[in-house]
Amino acid sequence: MINALMLAVAVLSTQDTTQGKAVYQKWCAGCHGDNGDGAGEGARHMLPTPRDFTGAIYQIRSTASGNLPTDADLMRAIDLGLPGTAMPGWQTRLSDRERRDVIAYIKTFSTFFSDTTLRPQALDVGKAPGGGADAIRIGRLFYDSIGCRKCHGDQGRGDGPSSPTLKDDVGHPVFAANLHESWRFNGGATVEDIYHRLRTGLDGTPMPSFSDLLEQKFLTDAELWHVAQYVRSLSPEEAPAIRDVIHAPRIKGALPRSPDDSAWAAVDAYWFPLVGQIIRKSRWFAPAVSGVWVKTVHTGDSIAMRVVWDDRSASPDTAWLAHVRRVVAVLASDDSSSGQVSAPWPDQLAVQFPMTIPSGMERPYFLMGGPGAPVYQWRWSSSSRGAAVPGLARGIERFDPISGATPVGAQAVYDHGQWRVVFTRALATLDTASQLPFRTNRAIPVAFFAWDGSNGEYGTRVGISTWYFLALDEPVPASVFISPVLAMALTLGLGLLVVWRAQRKTSFRRQQ
Amino acid sequence: MTVRLMSVVGGMFLLTVCSKGDQSTVRAAPPAAPAVVPSDSPEASQSGGTITGKIKFTGTAPRNQPIDMSEEATCKAKYKTAPPVEETVVAGPANALANVFVYVTSGVPASAKYQAPTAPVILDQNGCRYHPHVFGIMVGQPLEILNSDPVLHNIKAVAKKNRPFNVSQPTAGMKTTRTFSAAEVMVNLECNVHGWMKAYAGVRPDPFYAVTGPDGSFAIKGLPAGTYTIEAWHEKFGTQTATVTVTGTESKTANFTFAAR
Repeated sequence: MINALMLAVAVLSTQDTTQGKAVYQKWCAGCHGDNGDGAGEGARHMLPTPRDFTGAIYQIRSTASGNLPTDADLMRAIDLGLPGTAMPGWQTRLSDRERRDVIAYIKTFSTFFSDTTLRPQALDVGKAPGGGADAIRIGRLFYDSIGCRKCHGDQGRGDGPSSPTLKDDVGHPVFAANLHESWRFNGGATVEDIYHRLRTGLDGTPMPSFSDLLEQKFLTDAELWHVAQYVRSLSPEEAPAIRDVIHAPRIKGALPRSPDDSAWAAVDAYWFPLVGQIIRKSRWFAPAVSGVWVKTVHTGDSIAMRVVWDDRSASPDTAWLAHVRRVVAVLASDDSSSGQVSAPWPDQLAVQFPMTIPSGMERPYFLMGGPGAPVYQWRWSSSSRGAAVPGLARGIERFDPISGATPVGAQAVYDHGQWRVVFTRALATLDTASQLPFRTNRAIPVAFFAWDGSNGEYGTRVGISTWYFLALDEPVPASVFISPVLAMALTLGLGLLVVWRAQRKTSFRRQQ
Repeated sequence: MTVRLMSVVGGMFLLTVCSKGDQSTVRAAPPAAPAVVPSDSPEASQSGGTITGKIKFTGTAPRNQPIDMSEEATCKAKYKTAPPVEETVVAGPANALANVFVYVTSGVPASAKYQAPTAPVILDQNGCRYHPHVFGIMVGQPLEILNSDPVLHNIKAVAKKNRPFNVSQPTAGMKTTRTFSAAEVMVNLECNVHGWMKAYAGVRPDPFYAVTGPDGSFAIKGLPAGTYTIEAWHEKFGTQTATVTVTGTESKTANFTFAAR
């Protein structure tokens, strides 16, 4: 016990705020500001905005609502970063000593940390009860009864009825977490992490603590754990890996034109993350669409591509205008029009290909080509859901629909915070020079762009991907497997024949 | 002491009545309630001077925004006679201004210590609005937060000098008690499920505060002799101050007039 105390004293005394200040000014002040007020140079391009240390209000804690974080809580945020935000992890970039010192310095920004009556104490959370289907079912019941759906939505995609109105303590816009993307949870993706967020709340944000419900016996601790288990079950086990090549199998039946056609169930889904467009003005630092899930099939003469993405609203939706105003107010603008919030914009998606399949590695400029080197795109908008417009983009500002183009079909469904859109087209085109004729067994470059109208996205304010590839697979012909066997059998037969002849000659001479 | 206790009970009774009442009671009672609770209950003593006044405004009061409660049928159903509106500017007859928090900002000797009442201030969530909308509370005095709606409310305190809190109350009958540890005017209380729900708590180290009722009047009682600066705070119209000297047990007047904006 005394040893432990001495160790604790030793650890505390090794925290050096002078050293911490040097580390802070070099690595942290750029976003969090010299004075710790969260208003560094980089803050103007971030949503969520960097933490303001002067209020000592921290989201990710092991302590009760309103309490200060422990040093271990702060260390965790610094070590691992905060997924889904601009805060990276520093574990491998700063030494143990540097990280301890910077924590000591960060705490000097608020007098709350020197108030000895406020010593933070981690909640005792026990251990998770067993999971399984029953636990998840019970978790779902309490997900409804404790009101999670009000913000996070019926299916957990952050699209609940209150979601357009959410803001943090200083009035910045806040999204209710999309519970299907656990790899973007600020405080971590494990059941334990989620349970902690339920118990502690996320201070400074609309997310409350549910600890009082345990005291008032509204639900049991095990039931609250089941809520965490249910929430965890909504996301894949692992964060989706990015695979560069979409394989589109050739299918025998009819082309699945509907987003919810049962044929899609058997097709592999590919995840492509999107990032804000920050190359051309006006830049966009807060894209709301985090990525797209893509499935593709073909029949030998037509292709169907299903693009699925989570979006908190079916834009245009006037309920989100105040949210757009808040977004625009936070982000620094680099053009004069960006301060305006006009009529609500629709949601949009673009699938981009080169005009023809390139023979080498050379591809057009990924950001929608250029004036002299256009790219071929399919554009879909929520304001005309049942159609897609094929056209040529000549840079991000210019899109020219092709009149009399080979038609591109589209069917769309908006369902509980998710768009599912199927694009269909014939593989062949009449205009082979600019409207990409699809060919099987070739690597066809493809890229994706998504606009969330209810987040103020239009034009250059867009979530973008880089080039990936699409491969229309052909079933491997039976001859590929049979010919080697035939060749081997033939070789063996011929060999045997030669040996037999040779042996016959030898025995003939002996007889002579 | 008896008087003080009685007034606390009276205040709580009034609040309870509002919380259970239908729309007409809800509309009529809340502005009266805060005036009763903070001005009378933590009263230091019956001796000392009193500062009274009436608060008015000039110009036209901005229209309170209607509240769309279509997401919460049970809340909406509590407003039978008139649709619910926000309580940004609650005006009485002859431009009287309700929901103004009036308190002594300076003049109380630093050495004077005032015991916080053990009786809680009750904040009721009823009809997806807070009752009262503006109230005073002493440092260390319990704030009892009730949910009288069968819907989820989260109650979040946004503060600078106090630690914040944000707790969930998913159904009717839930009760949460919190205290504030430092003087702060105002601590904002809000519900994020229902973005229109806002309340304001003036947290004071002494009992010298009041909230104006629908007639715009207030009374701060039991002040020892001295010269005081008093401030009147309104959520929309801002703040005003006045200096008042109290010499004995007399009643002094301090009226404020805000300009509507």
